[in-house]
Amino acid sequence: MPATTLTVNGKKHFVEVSAGTPLLWVLRDTLGLTGTKFSCGRGLCGSCTVHVDGEATRSCVLTIEDVKGKKITTIEGLAANKKHPLVAAWIAEEVPQCGYCQPGQIMQAAALLKQKPHPTDADIDAIMSTVLCRCGTYLRIRRAIHRAAKEGGGK
Amino acid sequence: MSKTTNLTRRDFIKVVSVAGGGLVLGFYLPSQEESLASESRAAAAFEPNVWLKIDQEGFVTITVARTELGQGVRTALPMIVAEELEADWSKVRIAPALADPTKYGSMNTGGSTSVRQSWEPLRKAGATAREMLITAAAQTWNVERTACRAEKGLVIHIPSGRKFAYGQLVETAAQLPVPTEVSLKDPKDFRLLGKSIPRLDVPEKVYGSAIFGFDMKVPNMLVAMVERCPVFGGKLKSFDASKALAIKGVRQVIEIPSGVAVVADSTWAAMQGRAALAVTWDEGPNAGLDSASIHKMFEEKSQQDGKIVRQEGDAASALATALKKLEAVYEVPFLAHAPMEPMNCIADVRQDTAEIWAPTQAPQWAQSAVAQVVNLPLEKIKLHTTLVGGGFGRRLMPDFVVEATHISKAIGAPVKVVWTREDDMHHDFYRPASYHRFEAGIDKNGQVTVWKHHLVAPSISAQLFGAGEQQGNPDAVDGAAQIPYTIPNILVDYVMANTAVPAGWWRSVYNTQNAFVNESFMDEIADAVGADPYELRRRLLPEGSRLRGVLELVANKAGWGKPAVTGRSRGIACHFCFGSYFAEVAEVSVDNAGNVRVHKVVVALDCGPIVHPDLIHSQVEGAIALGLSAALKGEITIDKGRVVQSNFDDYPLLTLEEMPKVEVHILPSTEKQGGIGEPGLPPIAPAVCNAIFAATGKRIRRLPIRAEDLKRSF
Repeated sequence: MPATTLTVNGKKHFVEVSAGTPLLWVLRDTLGLTGTKFSCGRGLCGSCTVHVDGEATRSCVLTIEDVKGKKITTIEGLAANKKHPLVAAWIAEEVPQCGYCQPGQIMQAAALLKQKPHPTDADIDAIMSTVLCRCGTYLRIRRAIHRAAKEGGGK
Repeated sequence: MSKTTNLTRRDFIKVVSVAGGGLVLGFYLPSQEESLASESRAAAAFEPNVWLKIDQEGFVTITVARTELGQGVRTALPMIVAEELEADWSKVRIAPALADPTKYGSMNTGGSTSVRQSWEPLRKAGATAREMLITAAAQTWNVERTACRAEKGLVIHIPSGRKFAYGQLVETAAQLPVPTEVSLKDPKDFRLLGKSIPRLDVPEKVYGSAIFGFDMKVPNMLVAMVERCPVFGGKLKSFDASKALAIKGVRQVIEIPSGVAVVADSTWAAMQGRAALAVTWDEGPNAGLDSASIHKMFEEKSQQDGKIVRQEGDAASALATALKKLEAVYEVPFLAHAPMEPMNCIADVRQDTAEIWAPTQAPQWAQSAVAQVVNLPLEKIKLHTTLVGGGFGRRLMPDFVVEATHISKAIGAPVKVVWTREDDMHHDFYRPASYHRFEAGIDKNGQVTVWKHHLVAPSISAQLFGAGEQQGNPDAVDGAAQIPYTIPNILVDYVMANTAVPAGWWRSVYNTQNAFVNESFMDEIADAVGADPYELRRRLLPEGSRLRGVLELVANKAGWGKPAVTGRSRGIACHFCFGSYFAEVAEVSVDNAGNVRVHKVVVALDCGPIVHPDLIHSQVEGAIALGLSAALKGEITIDKGRVVQSNFDDYPLLTLEEMPKVEVHILPSTEKQGGIGEPGLPPIAPAVCNAIFAATGKRIRRLPIRAEDLKRSF
């Protein structure tokens, strides 16, 4: 089991896991970062979304080899700043119900705002429809993204 | 303080802890609410209770005995206590209750019961504590207690302006006898109730720090995955674990009642280990079961007479003399719950105790299921209810808890059993499929004279608990027997048609099927008599009824009768269930390829006294989303005795871009309180299908809605 270097939320980690281990389980089981959720295991729902070198990526279908030497940000990293416009907007709009998909939603939204600091409804539709919510918080997700955009969430 | 409530002997109020710990009250209150939901029918006969504890710092800890599923009970229930207690909300904390067979009454989170069953007892709980704190202050000051009042965590002596914080009074209050009569606040004096205060569970869910069952960890915990027979009712024949055991991190492979468990150091090792298993199954008697054979069985059963569950007038003779007759057959498929968090549970079984951490909606059922596996008394089973990543009824079943218990018992170590999405999809307790034969009669004046509904469906309670349940009121007719329209001749009957497909409670249970078929057929009648679908319903609902109230409100708010946006059509539906009244108007367009787009849904509801308006809004938004997922996409099919669908590619959910605008109008009401988690769901499918009819002239009689049924031919 070769050691792999990962940078997660700005911190370097040396992890020893078997070849082919999905990033999701490295984050959750090895590093204890359980904010990133398991749901479909096949990159279909987005609950496990993290940023790899700034891009929103499904961590359940990325292996440890895929992310070697790359910079990973999880919800714990993003929300370390409690004043992050997306964090503040998500709380202000009372978005979560069960809350299980929300870290993935927020990570996807953060990537969207980086690309499009002032997204239209169509921009939100195109990107956010890839992250599923069974509780039906979609209307609030849309509102929270617009709110965060106003607060400079793309910066 | 207008209302006086007598606490009866049955209330069993006790002061259970005094010394040093502050004032602790336990309330054991009987049901004042008849069980409306199928799940509560099957539950124990106790009612909710509350524990409230005030410490010397003045912090109020309120124990929540219901599961937080995202519906906001960890905010709503404490609000009810805090209101009557006159607590300082910023000093309110919550503590989830450990499972207990009697202490809290029913702990089931199902049937939209949490608030309405807790409303009275929690108000009494808060009021009783408040009165004792006021008495304690009055005694300490040696003043008349009527000269004192409570406000925001303080007792104030009105003439002198002297104050005690609650924390200063707890020791004195704990020595006092518990009053048998307490005044409840006049609703016009509510400070918290009726206000959309921030939910207590939201921030941690945004930060990613909320710990769901799947995220729980206990020391020395192993992880297990179970390979189960894909065919319902199949049994293990043999297995070869050699390849699984060769995988690094795999510790043990064991047989348990539900299949073969691979126990490992990590989730990934358990997954790989399970994939490497070679298992042979005896597929048993259901190996040939498929959707077509179930359909055929339903159709055959529909030729039999059913058990009559509603009879008014003489439907048969009235039909024979009717000028015009309508007939229709409706079909509704099986559905999976598919909460985002797959099933999971931690069990730590020791020699004479067991500790469980479960994302369950029914902690008491889980506790008693565990007790049976480990053969220990209930008090030796310490069961924690974790945060839950979506329930929708799935987590009322204890199967995943039982599985974890078996594994921990066998290996003698704490273990977390985890399911994949595929496990979840293949081993659910499905919303039953159903088959409905309708007939209506119309007389020469265009009046509806006959309503006949012949219902064929599996019974959840019969499948789970045995056919004995059917001696009473069959569950499958919920929402069908209660057809609300004034029609002189009504006949609703039911033929039980159980299958090998496990059946379970799915948000709003049989009301999903029955509201869809009732309200669609009512639309067919409106079309047949040339009446406006809203006007006909309104005419057939008793004047002054709550359902008519919400129907009128929704029509008004949706602009019924006025032209819709070009290209859109409207459909309307209403339904009563779980104590609440809902009416919905959907605005829909259908393109040439038959694709349906739901643009907007207007909802009017009457659920009686309100705790938290924004929670109502979010529950209604959620109900619309789940209902649209089902109406537009949801279908579980069976082939070779197993479920065909396995993940979100073949069992798709509604996406953000498909979510319509939702407008919610709450009819202010002081009537009997109803539930809110479920009743928003049933009207959405018929509202959409009725709008589709308005747009295309095509009637949807089987769900889900299929583009090929609506494609325009040129």
